[in-house]
Amino acid sequence: MGDLDLLWGGLQAAATPENLMYAAIGVLLGTFVGVLPGIGPAMAVALLLPVTFGLEPTSAFIMFAGIYYGGMYGGSTTSILLNTPGESASVMTAIEGNKMAKAGRASQALATAAIGSFVAGTIGTLLVAFFAPKLAGIAVEIGAPSYFAVMVLALVMTTAVLGASPLRGFIALFVGLTVGLIGQDLNTGQPRLSLGLPQLIDRIDIVVVAVGIFALGEAFWVAAHLRRTPLQIIPVGQPWMGRDDWRRSWKPWLRGTALGFPFGAIPAGGAEIPTFLSYVTERKLSRRGDEFGHGAIEGVAGPEAANNASAAGMFVPMLALGLPVTATASVMLAALQGYGIQPGPQLMTEQSDLVWTLLASLLIGNTLLLVLNLPLAPLWARLLRIPRPQLYAGILFFACLGAYATNLDAFDIGLLLAFGLLGLTMRRFGLPVLPLILGVILGPLMESKFREALALSGGDYSGLLSEPLAVVVYVLIALLLGVAALRTRLVPVRADAPDPDRSDDELVSR
Amino acid sequence: MSAVRPGAVVVAWTPDAFGEIALAHGVHEATLRGRDLMVVNATKGDSLVDPAYAGSEAMSSLTDTLAASGLAHEVRQQVGLDVAEVVLELAREVDARLVVVGLRRRTPVGKLIMGSVAQRVILDSSCPVLAVRPGETPS
Repeated sequence: MGDLDLLWGGLQAAATPENLMYAAIGVLLGTFVGVLPGIGPAMAVALLLPVTFGLEPTSAFIMFAGIYYGGMYGGSTTSILLNTPGESASVMTAIEGNKMAKAGRASQALATAAIGSFVAGTIGTLLVAFFAPKLAGIAVEIGAPSYFAVMVLALVMTTAVLGASPLRGFIALFVGLTVGLIGQDLNTGQPRLSLGLPQLIDRIDIVVVAVGIFALGEAFWVAAHLRRTPLQIIPVGQPWMGRDDWRRSWKPWLRGTALGFPFGAIPAGGAEIPTFLSYVTERKLSRRGDEFGHGAIEGVAGPEAANNASAAGMFVPMLALGLPVTATASVMLAALQGYGIQPGPQLMTEQSDLVWTLLASLLIGNTLLLVLNLPLAPLWARLLRIPRPQLYAGILFFACLGAYATNLDAFDIGLLLAFGLLGLTMRRFGLPVLPLILGVILGPLMESKFREALALSGGDYSGLLSEPLAVVVYVLIALLLGVAALRTRLVPVRADAPDPDRSDDELVSR
Repeated sequence: MSAVRPGAVVVAWTPDAFGEIALAHGVHEATLRGRDLMVVNATKGDSLVDPAYAGSEAMSSLTDTLAASGLAHEVRQQVGLDVAEVVLELAREVDARLVVVGLRRRTPVGKLIMGSVAQRVILDSSCPVLAVRPGETPS
């Protein structure tokens, strides 16, 4: 049980007053951004990146982890009280949760979401502590060709299989990969796509891309749709649960955790599928199936647990392989690189202190979430009254500050604006953001593995298939693409497909 | 076309104690003067949730109150750039004889930052304005 000892050591390292403070800040900030639709944890982490460069990596990551979990939790509050999912993974929670709230059971819905998140997050984090070192142990053995194949798998999965439209996904992916190409070729030193601008040779800072797409893109979008009829919020008191609610909730929590974690952990995560599966499972298993659609507590407990378990599962590929599968993970990975820490299989051994402290702080953050958020729910609901002009003015200020702080060069502000317009355009045409961010971050990493594999085989492309694992992964990709193609063939276009002009959660990915 | 005759009493209404007292005075004045009643509920629509913008429940209780008053009336809900401007625009439209507003207690700093709808209505209105506080029920 060496891992448990390490986790215990991490817990001791994380439990300093300073780190606890960062965990609390992260959790509060995360809930704040999670509650407000349109602002997600990815944007919050991106905005905070420049601020945290002065901190110890451990403290910064404790805060980021708090933001991530807090964001997951905050989304459920908005879903339940307002029927507006704060982030895409809360869509399922909104279905039953809002019905419950309308039936006067908002307190119970909020409580089951919060406690379910806590249960799933804790189990999920323990599972991460169990699986990530094992996976990393295997991952250090695999060579460049297999590593490249796994990255292709992650990109194809997030782009073609998970999204609503593979075409839109691939457009976003290739835009991202192209942005990732800008700058000096790492092998030959040649400038690429630099348009003769010296600032571009130095590669575009991921902070500028992330902040531009998430923060500016969203701010422009909101500015274009500033005045809307306000939504009706359901007033809420203190969250609490009766004995019957506990009895009906605990099984969905565990089932949701079991569904959510694997989906987060495979290098193509995303909480949309497991939350959906959990909802369907609960509806099928429930003895009160007729309550579904009218506010069944199982329909909140299950998806909300699945959501948080998959949020935890995401740390497995991120820590063990250096592969981010959500937008927030991508930005966190960029932060790692900012500290000069190379993400990848070596991370577990070379930076084991950081990793174990991070995992321990996830447990702490999760507990803090429960302690802070159950009593604060009415306060979070008040956040929704913040006028948008003031809110987004603040976001724009921090966005520009962050972009300028990366290089102290006004050129980055221009770049930020360009990416903001790109974000607005993508939002307008319903292009998903996650493939783009993954492309920007994984592109250079993929390229180096690709060239490494080719160098090993002397430039022969068959070198990419020289490892059995690589072949298996490519077969898997082919299968998944086949399934995705079949699915689109068999299932006619969904009637509830999001309308890019109206949907609020298009840009908000985790 | 408006359902109320020109010269109506306009009430700036919100679903809270301030709106309630304004409405009570508005009903009272309209009955005394033999005028119709125009009730307006407006929001800037710049925040996700605005408690001053009435939901379906508040609207139905408003409709009940108005029906009980026996006055010819109309209710408007509107999203506009500026709530005071919406009220004044409507007052011009129906050639209002009186505008009734509820007065909120605002600190000077609060007034500076958020502005005051009642203040704007009082200063800019071209017809008499009746400003009331909760507790000052019409006799």
